[in-house]
Amino acid sequence: MTAVAYISGAVALLASLLAVTRRNAVHGALYLVLSLLAVALVFFALGAPFVAALEVIVYAGAIMVLFVFVVMMLNLGRVSEAQESVWLSPRSWTGPVLLALVLGAELAWVLARGAAAGPARPAVGVKAVGAALFGPYALAVEVASFLLLAALVGVFHIGYRATEDETDAVGAPESRGGVED
Amino acid sequence: MQALLALIPALPLAGFLILALFGGRLGRRGVSIVGVGSVGASALVAILAAIGFLTAPPAGGALTQRLWTWWSVGGLAPGIAFTLDPLAIVFTLVVTVVGFLIHLYSIEYLAGDDGYARFFACMNLFVSSMLILVLADNLPLLYLGWEGVGLCSYLLIGFWYRDPANGRAARKAFLVTRIGDTAMAIGLFLLFRHLGTLQIAEVMNRATTAWPVGAPLATAAALLLLGGAIGKSAQLPLQTWLPDAMAGPTPVSALIHAATMVTAGVYLIARTHALFLLSPAAMTVVALVGALTLLLAGCSALVQTDIKRVLAYSTISQIGYMFLALGVGAWSAAILHFMTHAFFKALLFLGAGAVILALHHEQEIARMGGLRRSLPVVFWTFLIGGASLAALPLVTSGFYSKDAILWAAWNAPHGGRVLWAAGLAGALLTALYTFRLIFRVFFGEERTTVTHRPTWVIALPLVVLAGLATIGGFVETPHTLGGVTLFSRFLQGTFGVAGGHAEAVGAGHGAELALQILAAIVSLGGVWLAYRLFLRRPETLARWRGARAGAALRRFWLGGWGFDELYDRVLVRPFEWTARVSRGDFIDSFYTGLARTLGGLHGALAATQNGRVRFYVAGIAIGAILAIAIMVFT
Amino acid sequence: MPLEHALLLAGALFAIGLAGVLARRNLFFILMSIEIMLNAAGLAFVTAGAHWGGPDGQVMFIFILAVAAAEVAVGLALLLRFYHARRTVDADAADRLRG
Repeated sequence: MTAVAYISGAVALLASLLAVTRRNAVHGALYLVLSLLAVALVFFALGAPFVAALEVIVYAGAIMVLFVFVVMMLNLGRVSEAQESVWLSPRSWTGPVLLALVLGAELAWVLARGAAAGPARPAVGVKAVGAALFGPYALAVEVASFLLLAALVGVFHIGYRATEDETDAVGAPESRGGVED
Repeated sequence: MQALLALIPALPLAGFLILALFGGRLGRRGVSIVGVGSVGASALVAILAAIGFLTAPPAGGALTQRLWTWWSVGGLAPGIAFTLDPLAIVFTLVVTVVGFLIHLYSIEYLAGDDGYARFFACMNLFVSSMLILVLADNLPLLYLGWEGVGLCSYLLIGFWYRDPANGRAARKAFLVTRIGDTAMAIGLFLLFRHLGTLQIAEVMNRATTAWPVGAPLATAAALLLLGGAIGKSAQLPLQTWLPDAMAGPTPVSALIHAATMVTAGVYLIARTHALFLLSPAAMTVVALVGALTLLLAGCSALVQTDIKRVLAYSTISQIGYMFLALGVGAWSAAILHFMTHAFFKALLFLGAGAVILALHHEQEIARMGGLRRSLPVVFWTFLIGGASLAALPLVTSGFYSKDAILWAAWNAPHGGRVLWAAGLAGALLTALYTFRLIFRVFFGEERTTVTHRPTWVIALPLVVLAGLATIGGFVETPHTLGGVTLFSRFLQGTFGVAGGHAEAVGAGHGAELALQILAAIVSLGGVWLAYRLFLRRPETLARWRGARAGAALRRFWLGGWGFDELYDRVLVRPFEWTARVSRGDFIDSFYTGLARTLGGLHGALAATQNGRVRFYVAGIAIGAILAIAIMVFT
Repeated sequence: MPLEHALLLAGALFAIGLAGVLARRNLFFILMSIEIMLNAAGLAFVTAGAHWGGPDGQVMFIFILAVAAAEVAVGLALLLRFYHARRTVDADAADRLRG
C-alpha cells in the first residue's frame, strides 16, 4: 500500500507539472485529470475511500469534463498554440518558479519535522462521514448548497448572452483567436 | 488768478478719471467731449492765466498756489504746489494748445478703434502729468509728473497691446528712460543731502551761495540731472527707445514723442539752469551731447524707410539742437526752438498720420508717392512744416529759432566754432532728409491709392499748426531782421538778463549777418540737393546704394549707428544669461528636485496598478510568503 | 504513508499550482492551476483528518469540492463572456482597470 501511495504521489506531481506547462489546453486538461486520479489513489492509501471516490467522480469526472467541454467549445486550435509558444518563453517562467520554490521550501520547512512512519491507520468509512455531515456539519452543508445555488444562478445570468454577438466597442482585440478555417 | 493754477492740471486729470471709470458707458460722443473738452478747458484756463500774468505781473516774478502738504518725512515736506513763471507759461501754453489740437485730430484718427475711451483716458492722464511736471514748484512733485509721463508713454506706445511687438517697444521705452530716471533720483538725493531742501527756487538759491563755480558737488548734481534729461529726451546714449516708440498711434507720437514729453529734459535743465551755470564741465557735456546727437540722428534720418521713423530721428536731432543751445547758455534760444519745434513737429506727425490713414495704414515711404494731388491740404501743411524744420529762411519759424541757436553756438567760449560747425552740418542734413521725405511721399507717381480722405477734424489742427509754424518765429528775430526780442525779454523773468539773445559786440553785426546768410544757403542747398538726388536723378542714389561701402553705411545708419546692437550685446544678453542661470540655482533645484522625486515615486506606484491579474496574484503570493516567514521564523 | 510526506506532497502540488497561475497567460491554464491548488489544499485536509482518525478532514474536503465546483462554473462562464468580448483568452488583455 505504501508503495502505491508513493508512486501515485510521484505521478501526481509529474502530471501536475506537465499539466501546467502544456501548449494545448486539451492536453493540459487531460494531464490534470491524470493528476487528480493519482491524488485519489493517495486518498485511498490514507484510508479515506469515500473522498477517493468523490475525487474521481466529482472532481475528475465533472469539473474537468466541464473544462474540456468549454475548451472544445471555444475551439481555439492552432492559433492558440502559436500564441502559447510566444507566451511560454523560459524568461516568463523565472519569476513564478522562483516564488513557487520559495513557497515550497517554506512549506517543506514547516511540515517536515520528523518523518516517522506511522502505523497503518483504520479507514474512515462512508458511514462515519455521512454521520458527520448530517450531524455537526449540517448547517455547513446547507451553506454549501446555497453556494451551489448561487453559482448556478450566477452562471445562468452571466452566460445567458454569451452566445449573442457582443464585441467590445472600446478595446481592439489583441489577437484574433477565431474559428479555424 | 492764483486759484486757477491748480485747475490747469486738474481738468485733464478729472477727464482721465471720468474716462477710466465710466468710459465704457459714455459712448463715442461722450468720450470725445470729455477727452477733448478737458484739455480744451485746460488750454483756456492756461490762456487766461497767461493773460493775467502778462497784464498784472506778480511780485517776485511768479505766481504760486499751494494746495496741501504731500508728505512730511525727516525734514522733507514737499507740497502739492504749482508755480507759474514765464518758462512755465511757455510750456503750459504749448502743452495745452498743441495737446488740444492733437486730441481733436485723434477723434477721427482713432474713430474705428475699440480702445477709444482708453486712448483718451491715457492721453488726458498724460497731459495732466506733463502739466504737473512743468508747474511743479518742488522737485519731488516734478519727479511725480516725470514718472507720470513715463507711465503714459508706456501705456500709449503699447496701446495696440494685442501685437506683442508693441508691448516690447513700450517696455524698451520704459526701461531705457528708467535708467535716466534713476540718475535723476540720485541727483535729487544729492541735492537734498547737501542743500537741505527740494523747493526749486530754494535749491537754486542755496546752490549758488553754497557752491562756487566749478564745485565738484555741483558738477555731480548737474550731471545726474542731465542723466535724467538724456533718458527722457532720447539723447545720446539713451536715444534707442524713441524710434521704436513709433509703434504707438500717430497722435501719441505727435504729442508725446515730439512736442512735449521728450522736451521734459529740456525743461528740467532750463529750470535748474542756475545749478548748471555753476558747473562749466556739465554745460560742456550738455553741448557735446547735443551736438553729437544731432549729427548722429540726422544721418540716421536720411536712410529710414518708415515715414514715422524719419520723423522720430528728426525729433532726436532737433532736441539735440535744444541741448546744444542749453549747453552754451542760450536758454531762451533753446526754449524758442522748443516752441517752434513743437508746432512744426506736431504738424509733421499729424500730417504723416493723415497720409497713413488715407493710405489705409501704410507707413513705408517706398509705397507712397504723388500724394500732393490727392491730399492737397495735407501736402501744403506738410510742406510748411517741413520748410520750418529745414529752417528755410525768413518765412518759417524754424529759421529764427535755429538761427538763434547757431549764433549762440558761434559765440560760445569753449569750442564754439566746432559746435557751430556741427550745427550747420546738421542743418544741411535736416534739409536733406526733410525734403527727401516730402519728395518721396508727395511727388512722383502714386503707388498706393488714397482710400480715406481726411475731414475737417483732421484738417483743422493741421491748418492751425501750419499757421503757428509760420508765425511762431516772429516773436524773436535777430538784429539784422528787425530785432524783435519779445520772447527773450519775456523769459528774462526766469533766466535773468544773461539768458537773452547774445548781444553782438562791435563787428559782431557783420559776423551775424554772414552766418545767417551761410545758414540760409546751407538749408536751401540741402533742399536743392534733395531735389537733385531724390526727384531728378534717383539713379545716382541707386548707384551709391549698390556699392558695397554705400550699402554698409546705409545699413549702419538705418540701425541707428549700431546702438541697439551694442546694448543688446553688452547689456541685454548677459542679463538674460544671468537670469537663465539663476533660474536653476540651488534653492530652486531643491524644490524642483523635491517635486521631481515625488513625481517619480508616483510613477513607480502607478506602475503597480497595471490591471493585470497575474501581477496582483504575484503580490498575494509574495505577501503569503512573507507572512509565513514571519510566523515561522520569529 | 507517513503524515509528513503526504503534507509535503500537498505543499509541492500547491507550489506547482501557484507557478502555473503566475506564469501562464491563457485563462484556461490559470483556472486549471487554481484547481491544482484547491486539490492540494484538499489533500492537506484529508491527510490531517486521517491523522486524527475522524471524518472531519473528509467533510472539509467535500466542502472544498463544492466550492471548487462553483468556482469553476462561474470562472468558465466569465471566461466565455471575456472571450466573446475580447476575442482572446489572454489574461493580460483584461487590463482596463489600469491606472
